[in-house]
Amino acid sequence: MINCYLLSQVLDVRWYSSKGFRAFCAASVFWYKLLDMVQYNFKKITKVPTGKDFVDIVLSRTQRQTPTVVHKGYAINRIRQFYMRKVKFTQTNFHEKLSTIIEEFPRLDDIHPFYGDLLHVLYNKDHYKLALGQINTARNLIGKIAKDYVKLLKYGDSLYRCKALKVAALGRMCTVTKRIGPSLAYLDQIRQHMARLPSIDPNTRTILICGYPNVGKSSFINKITRADVDVQPYAFTTKSLFVGHTDYKYLRYQVIDTPGILDRPFEDRNIIEMCSITALAHLRAAVLFFLDISGSCGYTIAQQSALFHSIKSLFMNKPLIIVCNKTDLQSLEGISEDDKKLVEEMKSEAMKTLIGQGGEAKDGAEVLLTMSTLTEQGVIAVKNAACERLLDQRVEIKMKSKKINDCLNRFHVAVPKPRDQKERPPCIPQAVLEAKAKEAEKEKRKLEKDLEEENGGAGVYSASLKKHYLLADDEWKEDNMPEILDGHNVYDFVDPDILQRLEELEKEEGLLQAQEDDEVDMDVEELTPQQQKELAEIRRKKSVLIREHRIKKSTAESRPIVPRKFDKDKMFTSERMGRQLSSLGLDPSKAIERVRSKSRGRKRERSPDHGGDDMMVDGDGSNKKTRLRSLSRSASRSRSRPPTDVVIPGEGYKDSAQKIKAFKMGKNSVQKRNKDARKGEGDRVIPNLKPKHLYSGKRSNGKTTRR
Amino acid sequence: MRLEKCWFCSSTVYPGHGIQFVRNDAKIFRFCRSKCHKNFKMKRNPRKVKWTKAYRRLHGKDMTQDATFEFERKRNRPERYDRNLTENTLKAIKTIDKVRFRREETHHKKRMSGKLAKETKEARKELDQQINLIKAPGAMVKDTSSAKVTVKVQHESDENRMEE
Repeated sequence: MINCYLLSQVLDVRWYSSKGFRAFCAASVFWYKLLDMVQYNFKKITKVPTGKDFVDIVLSRTQRQTPTVVHKGYAINRIRQFYMRKVKFTQTNFHEKLSTIIEEFPRLDDIHPFYGDLLHVLYNKDHYKLALGQINTARNLIGKIAKDYVKLLKYGDSLYRCKALKVAALGRMCTVTKRIGPSLAYLDQIRQHMARLPSIDPNTRTILICGYPNVGKSSFINKITRADVDVQPYAFTTKSLFVGHTDYKYLRYQVIDTPGILDRPFEDRNIIEMCSITALAHLRAAVLFFLDISGSCGYTIAQQSALFHSIKSLFMNKPLIIVCNKTDLQSLEGISEDDKKLVEEMKSEAMKTLIGQGGEAKDGAEVLLTMSTLTEQGVIAVKNAACERLLDQRVEIKMKSKKINDCLNRFHVAVPKPRDQKERPPCIPQAVLEAKAKEAEKEKRKLEKDLEEENGGAGVYSASLKKHYLLADDEWKEDNMPEILDGHNVYDFVDPDILQRLEELEKEEGLLQAQEDDEVDMDVEELTPQQQKELAEIRRKKSVLIREHRIKKSTAESRPIVPRKFDKDKMFTSERMGRQLSSLGLDPSKAIERVRSKSRGRKRERSPDHGGDDMMVDGDGSNKKTRLRSLSRSASRSRSRPPTDVVIPGEGYKDSAQKIKAFKMGKNSVQKRNKDARKGEGDRVIPNLKPKHLYSGKRSNGKTTRR
Repeated sequence: MRLEKCWFCSSTVYPGHGIQFVRNDAKIFRFCRSKCHKNFKMKRNPRKVKWTKAYRRLHGKDMTQDATFEFERKRNRPERYDRNLTENTLKAIKTIDKVRFRREETHHKKRMSGKLAKETKEARKELDQQINLIKAPGAMVKDTSSAKVTVKVQHESDENRMEE
């Protein structure tokens, strides 16, 4: 509830006198028929700023959205225009914002009387109207101020004058706004409260629950809907209306829980009670009057029935059901005689409404129901009864109204007028009739689905797909045929005449085998063992030769050799060179000697007494000394130089060993160069800068990321 | 489930092995392992790659035409299941395998048949030409030429001469 200081006013008694009230009720019925379905969305109202905030907002807007720079050197018209613009802009802003406030707040006369009344009850209609009126006047005032000052600005003759006028205009507008500050605050509070009102649609199916405080209304609504209303032992736990929704026969029903009503004269009622009264008065709903027959709410049945009688005028034209709650504490049969009489009286009142609706006179079973929300006994029955009664009433009313003509065609099937007495039944072919008859006779076929269900359901049972196979022998149905055998697909071999073909094959095979046996193996003369031995010897020698050649190639005593692949035919011999030179006309002997002298190889070492054994090159028994000597001595210089191991004092060697070592080191360095066929140290010619084997090709083993 | 043949080397591709490549013209190439797949990607012709069945068949190393190959043919129309037929088929597969194996062996033998003769011929040639590696030429010649033939002349002894 609003704790606003402005709500201390007493309700307007004049308006709510009982007669006037009844008239008002009738009028509201009239209203229902006129009004269409409107959405009551009070949540969309924009926030109402306070007075100060309002001023701030508008002024800052003006500052941002209008040009800010003006100098006194500008043309006067320009200066005037500048300030006029500011004034007008501020005025339009105020106007806009105040207009939105006025328009968004609902006009209590234009909305459904239920809401109108509810808002009146909560916020006091007069105050509300006053506040809005003040806003309106402020708007007009601001408009006037702006007009006046703009008129004055037209004749401003200096920048200072214009500026002063503008300041005055804006100042006055702001004062006006500040003056309506309290109204704005009040309206904002109302807005906040309105947004939290329950969204009750006054025109749809509604069930209203009323009764004394603590009889069990909120527990009932908690039981049948998903609403979560507070249920507490003290009175007036429910302080405002609560809405829940429930379904019955595929339709949605609103169930409205009201705060408890006490039996008081109308004028003494407080705001909370007035809420429920308003709901009762304006909503065309089924009413459930709750009666606590156990008396645990703190009020006797007599008091409750007194309340009933005092507000029974509100139950006019509404389906009424009296619900006796808390039967778990006290059953309906067990109450005293007086109480029973009172209950009967209420029942008869309720029956009047039933009859008034045009229903048949029943024994009142529909109007008086018992239940207990604690044990949930009879709760659903009550709900069903209420919904049924309400539905019937609504349907009746709809049937009587004019709107029914629009939808009447949906209920009505046009039947052509018969022109003669001849009967013309619908034509059904004979075959269809027979089939239908048969269907009716025959039992339902057992489906695979039934079988599945029998054997354990979808996940457990797997249907045998081979059941309906058409085979020569039914025993073969569940056979698992192998698909693969020994690396062959069996399906590729399957053939009806496979046996016959197999026989032919076997015959063929037999013939072939016989042929093979006939064939004699070729007569090859084998080698004699002596020959074999010799052959083996030859092969061994050959392999030795090859090995030695390989070694020789790699250590060929500091002479460049032509690799064999370029010299397959052994063309690079000294004799050939001699022949070619002589054909050129030169004397080859010296060249040959020079070459010969360098190639000190095996030829020199071969001594005549070796005879046929010219294969033993390495380690033959020849002296190391003699070998060295012969090697070091070239043909031209062999005689003039002293032997290596003899140390001549002037040479500078310590002893012969040192001299030998020195010679060795000298030769070592020369050897590699000679092998590469280089003339000397300075010969750095690279005959092939990009040899192909280094720059291309794949590797059989390894990677080509490095070469 | 079917056993397929590798397109490159013609070995069987068992389920769960190899790669299948479908070209834009919807031709399917199946490979038994990445070796064949990579060779294919290199655009090598299997008829020129020595270790493939295609090469071996083309160059006559393996048997090409035989009655046993006719038995294994991909049939597109399925036959109705017949237990006896299936039994016979399974047995037949085994015998056909045996027959085929035997025939392949004979083929191989035929192919290798001239080997011994050739080898001995080459050996003899080598012996003739390269005997000088182990025996000196002179030694061999001397042997033949210095073969002295001793002729036994029977002198008539006076005693044995028959009196005329």
